[in-house]
Amino acid sequence: MPPATVMAQAADASGIYLVLALVLPVVGILLNFLAGGRYARVITLGLLAAGLGVAAGVVEGVWRTGAALTYLPGGWLPPLGVKLRADGLSAAMIAVTAIVIFAVGLYAPVEFRVPRGKPETRKSLSFWILLLAIWVAMNAVFLGNDLFNLYVALELVTFAAVPLVSLSGTAGTVRAALRYLLFVLIGSVLYLLGTALLYGQYGTLDIALLAERVRPGPGLWVAAALMTAGLAAKTALFPLHLWLPPAHSGAPPAASALLSALVVKGSFFLTVRIWFDVMPGLTGFAASQILGAMGGGAILFGGIVALRQARLKLLIAYSTLAQLGYLFLMFPLAAGALAAHSGVNLALSAGLYQAMTHAFAKAAMFMAAGLIAEAVGHDRIADLRGIGRALPVTALAFGIAALSLIGVPPTGGFFTKWMLLSAAAATGQWWWIVVVLAGGLLAGGYMFRFISPALAEAETPLVIQVPVARGRELVVLGLAIGALLLGVMPQKPLQLLQIGRAPNPVAVWP
Amino acid sequence: MSVPTVLGICAAFLVGVGLYGLIVQPRPLRKILAFNLLGSGVFLLFGVLARRGAAAGWTADPVPQALVITGIVVAFSATALAVALMLRLFAETGGTSLQDDPPKAVKSEGADA
Repeated sequence: MPPATVMAQAADASGIYLVLALVLPVVGILLNFLAGGRYARVITLGLLAAGLGVAAGVVEGVWRTGAALTYLPGGWLPPLGVKLRADGLSAAMIAVTAIVIFAVGLYAPVEFRVPRGKPETRKSLSFWILLLAIWVAMNAVFLGNDLFNLYVALELVTFAAVPLVSLSGTAGTVRAALRYLLFVLIGSVLYLLGTALLYGQYGTLDIALLAERVRPGPGLWVAAALMTAGLAAKTALFPLHLWLPPAHSGAPPAASALLSALVVKGSFFLTVRIWFDVMPGLTGFAASQILGAMGGGAILFGGIVALRQARLKLLIAYSTLAQLGYLFLMFPLAAGALAAHSGVNLALSAGLYQAMTHAFAKAAMFMAAGLIAEAVGHDRIADLRGIGRALPVTALAFGIAALSLIGVPPTGGFFTKWMLLSAAAATGQWWWIVVVLAGGLLAGGYMFRFISPALAEAETPLVIQVPVARGRELVVLGLAIGALLLGVMPQKPLQLLQIGRAPNPVAVWP
Repeated sequence: MSVPTVLGICAAFLVGVGLYGLIVQPRPLRKILAFNLLGSGVFLLFGVLARRGAAAGWTADPVPQALVITGIVVAFSATALAVALMLRLFAETGGTSLQDDPPKAVKSEGADA
């Protein structure tokens, strides 16, 4: 395979940003190991700021060319080479990831810095390394174009996420981390098994080549079912969610924000790739209804259980469970659109938009809860009456994020639900309309359980034991405003999501 | 039966046993061992595919072998991480139970000590 001719064709100037998105964090990880915990914060924050520039470069490149950016490492073409490719979906997710991780980096130093004159702690080094590891692994998931490399990327996400759960090292969090690891390992092996079956049938794992070769048949169904089930376990889709609440609520707030906002989206993103790019239009209507039913189950179950939580962090963790359900409603809606010979793009945009707005809103919410717990020393909802007067900026951020999760206009969450409802109405699947509306009511219920007393006046004003830095409150508010802006200005992000996609995949399967 | 068929059946058997163990066994060490059995089954399947040369009609396909090597590294790292977490759990609580309701378990151990 002569690399020279290939290089000429692949060397788009913006392609270099795809490489930087993978190289920068790895450089940071190595530097942190060399420099140690005392300097890890400075190194990491510098690289995260540079990472914002890289993400902007990717988005700008995709936007300007109106097509997917590609880079062929070493000049090797698929199937032997591993192509890096960023279409609109990847660019949007890379940007969201860079922003959320940067915000987490700004928020976290209080807990993970080494005070002057004190010895280094284990977590002051490992947190920053894991933060960079999550970043590179998520970028690898978004840029990967080969199913096996995507498997490795997913495992990198897992290996970075599991230690984040057990950063504090107490028995409860170690147990949660071990359960999390064992659960997602089942998922990754099932995914790998599906990959093996696909390779055995079609002789390639490159997404573009596979899309040309796949044919409907039992072999494809089994592989797709294994991969989807494995990825659903990693995304904590109901009823494979058992690991999520203890893991997400036990981690330090900065880590919870990463886990809830980003990590679960990695495996979701891969599911989208498989259903929409590897086998567009080949998945049956019935199969997509099953996936949608699991999503619907997540929305209702997560919402009802969240109503009963006594602790704020657990409430937010169960809310994540419910919000993840909305992601999977896009599959039946897209299948319905295909059956009706109309475009899948509305359903696809709705799903990805949910992933983006939830990333902003949930990261903001976990970090706001972290600030509250830090200030008053606990997160028992019953004893947080009047917290809105004590920490007004944090409460405002929490409130905006909650409005987005409930789906109140003009937030991004409202816009997502509106797209989901339109897609459901257009394809005549009224039962998803019921689920979405019920989910919104439940979200309203569990959010107001906290917000309503929080804004009320307490008989005895809450005592702020540890003052909270205004800068950190503003970081959290910034993320919440991100979720709001996605609803106020949806045109550009929606256009971005469409770049590099076929206008309408042909429906092969009824 | 041809060699790939026999090996393929072996792979399916390993996957079945591993999956059963991973889901049914309550103890983490057994779950980790079951995960390795399950992984071995998948790697064996890749080996069968390489033998069959599905990609290009060659006598042996090198790509699955490269995939298996990477897969083994990943599975090894996962095992190491799981064992490390298990040892830490043992050091903290004196047991490796994954049972829910950790506050109760911790309390009863505290009462014993």
